[in-house]
Amino acid sequence: MPTSRSTRIALYVYGILVIFFLYLPLVSVAFASVSRARYLSFPIKRYSTKWYGEALESSTVRELLTTSLSVAVLVTIISVVIAFFGALAFARYQWRYRTTFQKLILLPIFFPQTVLGLALLMWFNSLGIIPSWKTAVVAHLVWIAPIATLIVAIRAYSFDPALEEAARDMGAGTWTILREITLPLLAPGLVSAGLFAFLLSWGNFPLSLFTTGADSTLPEWLYAKMVSGYSPLVPTLGVMSVVGSFLLILIALSVAWLIRANRESRAAQN
Amino acid sequence: MNTLDRKLGFLSSLPLAVVLIASFLAPMAVVALFSIMPAKVFSLANMPDFSAYSVFFKQGYYKSLLWSLGMALASTAILLLISWPLAYGMAKVFGRFTLVLTIAVVMSLFVSENIRLFGWVLTLMKGGLIEGHFRAWTGVGFDSPLYGVGIIIFGLVYVYLPFMLFPLAQGIAMVPDDTRQAAYDLGATRWQVLWQIEVPLAAPGIVVGSLLSFVLAAGALAESKILGGQAVIAIADDIETAFTFGQNWPLGSALSMILIVIIGGLALFGVSKVDLDAIMGRKR
Repeated sequence: MPTSRSTRIALYVYGILVIFFLYLPLVSVAFASVSRARYLSFPIKRYSTKWYGEALESSTVRELLTTSLSVAVLVTIISVVIAFFGALAFARYQWRYRTTFQKLILLPIFFPQTVLGLALLMWFNSLGIIPSWKTAVVAHLVWIAPIATLIVAIRAYSFDPALEEAARDMGAGTWTILREITLPLLAPGLVSAGLFAFLLSWGNFPLSLFTTGADSTLPEWLYAKMVSGYSPLVPTLGVMSVVGSFLLILIALSVAWLIRANRESRAAQN
Repeated sequence: MNTLDRKLGFLSSLPLAVVLIASFLAPMAVVALFSIMPAKVFSLANMPDFSAYSVFFKQGYYKSLLWSLGMALASTAILLLISWPLAYGMAKVFGRFTLVLTIAVVMSLFVSENIRLFGWVLTLMKGGLIEGHFRAWTGVGFDSPLYGVGIIIFGLVYVYLPFMLFPLAQGIAMVPDDTRQAAYDLGATRWQVLWQIEVPLAAPGIVVGSLLSFVLAAGALAESKILGGQAVIAIADDIETAFTFGQNWPLGSALSMILIVIIGGLALFGVSKVDLDAIMGRKR
């Protein structure tokens, strides 16, 4: 092995340092959220959970959460369906325009989202559609559905087409094969795609900014308060949003783990 | 079997294709059309002229374009430098720690970009986490590094790190250990192995990572606004202002088109160079 011991230690230290840097700003936000003062300055003199109480009681916050949640849930459901079929076209089937399709998918991901958001605003305008949180769902899909498709495609690359062919030889129709063989095989990819879709939609700002119309999502509100008119609720809501998404990851991972454990115990019984 | 594959492939591409046509290609066509409308109109039913494009040069918008491209270039170069050792570690050295690192980086992605940038403002501002504590302990304060070009590039590097790191790690993982070992056995130095073996073989990952971070950084808006305090104006910022305060859709569209042509051209060029099947899965 050409990598010496000291290089290895240096690399580990470097990795830990990078993680520290990634999370340092979140530590500041967390401290700021429990400061009692209306105008923040470190070191924090008096701690309190006052702003959390205010956030929970505020009707604006409730509306922001409802809008963000509605968008994210719809985006997740639609993305997972699209990604399931999209990934099959991406990785599984050999068809004529496959490479073109693969490249078309990458374009929106490589695109400045601000420009995408504005383009969608003008497109809705020329169609005579008034923007609301529903148009934001369409906007999020442009960016999130391709990413979800790529995630499922990684899984789709690694499964054996012979399984489907065997089922077909035994007389199963296309839909039966999709439901009984392909869907269960891709399930882990679909779960992570759904998780990504939800969290990316939950945190998205540039696409929401132009396409939500009179409605407003959490990232939009946070941005508005950051550039003009600071509110002590900014760090508080920031922390709540972070904790909320981490809880979601935990729930999703434990559900996935339970399903797997259940399947394994059934397989052991048979 | 082949005709069936062809039919199913086409059918299953349809949902995504419909979404992309209706919400990507069509809006792009609208931007292109608006960019050749006369100033300050809100419908496409006007005689086309190209006045919006001449404004780009006359009113100095090319400066923000150059700033954006320059900062994107700088952040991509820095990212390449700081991500390489880490990506190398993830691909070749860390065992379990690769998973820990991957989860840590991915989790940070789920926190809204705005919140993370705001966190840096709290960390770096005068009276912030660092300066505030430093002054409380030593009695000496110092100026905040916020609101300048350097801090904007720092913000870009921070936000787009994952987009460089993961493709790079994937690329380095594609370099066979045998080849490296053979080069060492033949007496190659560390630098020769890096330049003549690792960089060429990891090229797909390097290309994808650099392209992603450059393109995203060139279109970024929040870093210059939140961290940079308008020290320099990014092109995305100009575009947003043209649409919102300026109420000048044709100008905003023309600026967008210029950015789209540069970035889209780069993205298309880069994407056409990589073999997706080889990077993402096995080659069939």
